[in-house]
Amino acid sequence: MWSRAASVRFRAPLDAGRSFASKAGPQGKIQAAGLGTQAPRLVPQGNGRVSPAVIEHLERLALVNFGSREAVDRLEKAIAFADQLHAVDTDGVEPLESVLEDRCLYLRSDNVAEGSCAEELLQNSNHVVEEYFVAPPGNISLPDMVNKIPSSTAE
Amino acid sequence: MAAPVLRLGFPGRLWALTWRDGGSRHRSGSQTGPTSIWARRQSSVAQPSLHTAQKPRKGEHKWAAVVGLEIHAQISSNSKLFSGAQVCFAAPPNSLVSYFDASLPGTLPVLNRRCVEAAVMTGLALNCHINKKSLFDRKHYFYSDLPAGYQITQQRLPIAANGHLTYCIYLGKKPSQETTKTVRIKQIQLEQDSGKSLHDDLRSQTLIDLNRAGIGLLEVVLEPDLCCGEEAALAVRELQLILQALGTSQANMAEGQLRVDANISVHHPGEPLGVRTEVKNLNSLRFLAKAIDYEIQRQITELENGGEILNETRSFDYKLGCTMPMRDKEGKQDYRFMPEPNLPPLVLYDDTSLPQGADSQQVINVDQLRDMLPELPSATRERLVQQYGMLPEHSFALLNEVGLLEFFQNVIKETRTEPKKVTNWVLNTFLCYLKQQNLAVSESPVTPSALAELLNLLDRKAISSSAAKQVFEELWKGEGKTAAQIVSEQKLELMQDQEALEKLCQTTIDGHPQVVMDVKKRNPKAINKLIGLVRKASLSRADPALIKKILERKLSL
Repeated sequence: MWSRAASVRFRAPLDAGRSFASKAGPQGKIQAAGLGTQAPRLVPQGNGRVSPAVIEHLERLALVNFGSREAVDRLEKAIAFADQLHAVDTDGVEPLESVLEDRCLYLRSDNVAEGSCAEELLQNSNHVVEEYFVAPPGNISLPDMVNKIPSSTAE
Repeated sequence: MAAPVLRLGFPGRLWALTWRDGGSRHRSGSQTGPTSIWARRQSSVAQPSLHTAQKPRKGEHKWAAVVGLEIHAQISSNSKLFSGAQVCFAAPPNSLVSYFDASLPGTLPVLNRRCVEAAVMTGLALNCHINKKSLFDRKHYFYSDLPAGYQITQQRLPIAANGHLTYCIYLGKKPSQETTKTVRIKQIQLEQDSGKSLHDDLRSQTLIDLNRAGIGLLEVVLEPDLCCGEEAALAVRELQLILQALGTSQANMAEGQLRVDANISVHHPGEPLGVRTEVKNLNSLRFLAKAIDYEIQRQITELENGGEILNETRSFDYKLGCTMPMRDKEGKQDYRFMPEPNLPPLVLYDDTSLPQGADSQQVINVDQLRDMLPELPSATRERLVQQYGMLPEHSFALLNEVGLLEFFQNVIKETRTEPKKVTNWVLNTFLCYLKQQNLAVSESPVTPSALAELLNLLDRKAISSSAAKQVFEELWKGEGKTAAQIVSEQKLELMQDQEALEKLCQTTIDGHPQVVMDVKKRNPKAINKLIGLVRKASLSRADPALIKKILERKLSL
């Protein structure tokens, strides 16, 4: 679920000489947090449809599976629901980054107080090799899935 | 031997190197200092251009390289950034991991005060503006050594921003050939380190050790003001020295406490910047410089051959000396930054804004930290040059080796020899011996007192300088003998007996009439020969200057 309110002020990961700032605006359409990625433009289509390319991109990023047309529909409805936020006039109002903004951030003193529980932690994993956790090798990229989604959108 | 200036094993100065790219001729003469622009004369046959509107350029076709660095320095602290687990280099796997580091559900981050102080001090030392309010964000990506699936960092509003780092480039021995360059610092932020993965390709698995996961890192982002490998290496070296002087990080690249990623692109001056590539896996300054230079050259060659540069991540293969694309990082990542919901904003105070009656453990006063800043390397070098009248290169060399400055200062304390001589002995002889046997200053068999004693003997003219070198060699064996003992054992003392020396000179004069005649004939080399003969006769225990005086008097020259 995209939290729109939060994406307003984001700066892109630092590129030498090319930094994108997301064109925010609670009033206007939110441009993609244009992070210089190969991500498809996320500008809402106007007709409330989400293109297959965007679905595929989301799946790759969040490792979720929009298996069916219904799932995509649900996503589109959720986006439409969130769009209601545009009705609010937020001119001159600073965005709220955190509901904890008036709380004090507690500072811990630099003492060693935890750790030495390797055995306990390793019990959580069903496959352990000599006190190391075991993971599959590297990052295996997802195969191209665009064609698998029954798409009725023309894009 | 010249003072060992930071050369990093380059074969001579960078601009003297000739690049071979597809048969271009050597770079034309006049390099305008450290701007390092690769020039290449176009072939006399104008290349047919695809765009008829573009005239083929004749003459110099310059390329400029643009290098930006992202430096991650592990904060030197007892516990991790957001948990109370210990920070330690080598430990049994997964033994320094708290529940939060293992990302077990229900755990929350608690910020370590020491890490904040380290970040503020580093920001102050690098002339940054310290943000009184900074925010934490989550940077999402999936990798087995990142248990939570995100890294807590400070992307939007970091703790410090807009600073600069100055470093020196020495183009030669003369002080006039030393230039100061500056690289701007975009921001400094606090972030978490990830765990370590050991790839076991044989069994098709990766072993994960989370001891490193959660350790505090300072990410220092430099603006792309650098233009070649040498500049990058020098800038990083200076940053290393600053971090070590502050004590915020041990900044040891070999141990992974300092990691550098380089973003490199090339373009023609005046035109927009080119596509950049990111180079990772650089674990020493030498490789950093090599990798950057290789990548610049690769990009130039590629573009000149009509190819294009892909925006990709490459790693440096130090055995082959080249960069290769990293399979794992194909395609640009979308990190889906979002504010860290579990951490309120980090607020820093100064003398004016400090709330009254606040718990001192819970507030951080930037002004207080500024007052506590130790002397930075650039200030130390200045002071050495002023105090001891040494060349800037020498002060650089003294600071460049761990413990060498302290050694030098301890020797100075115990001897009345003039500082220039001490500098000479420490940098040329002592350091030379250290390097030959690849020892650190702390492992030296010669203590500052021993060297001071030797220098005192030399100063008193109790021994000659060649004898002193012999004594030093003996001292280096580390058999526990003092300089004085060695001198008396090997009978290296200079003859103090003036009469005996006179007699010796007379004997030599009588014994070599031919040479004496040559001397009287004003043959300049003859006097040296005579001095040599006397020295041999005295078993090298006579001061040559004194011998010369006596001979000249005797022969009434």
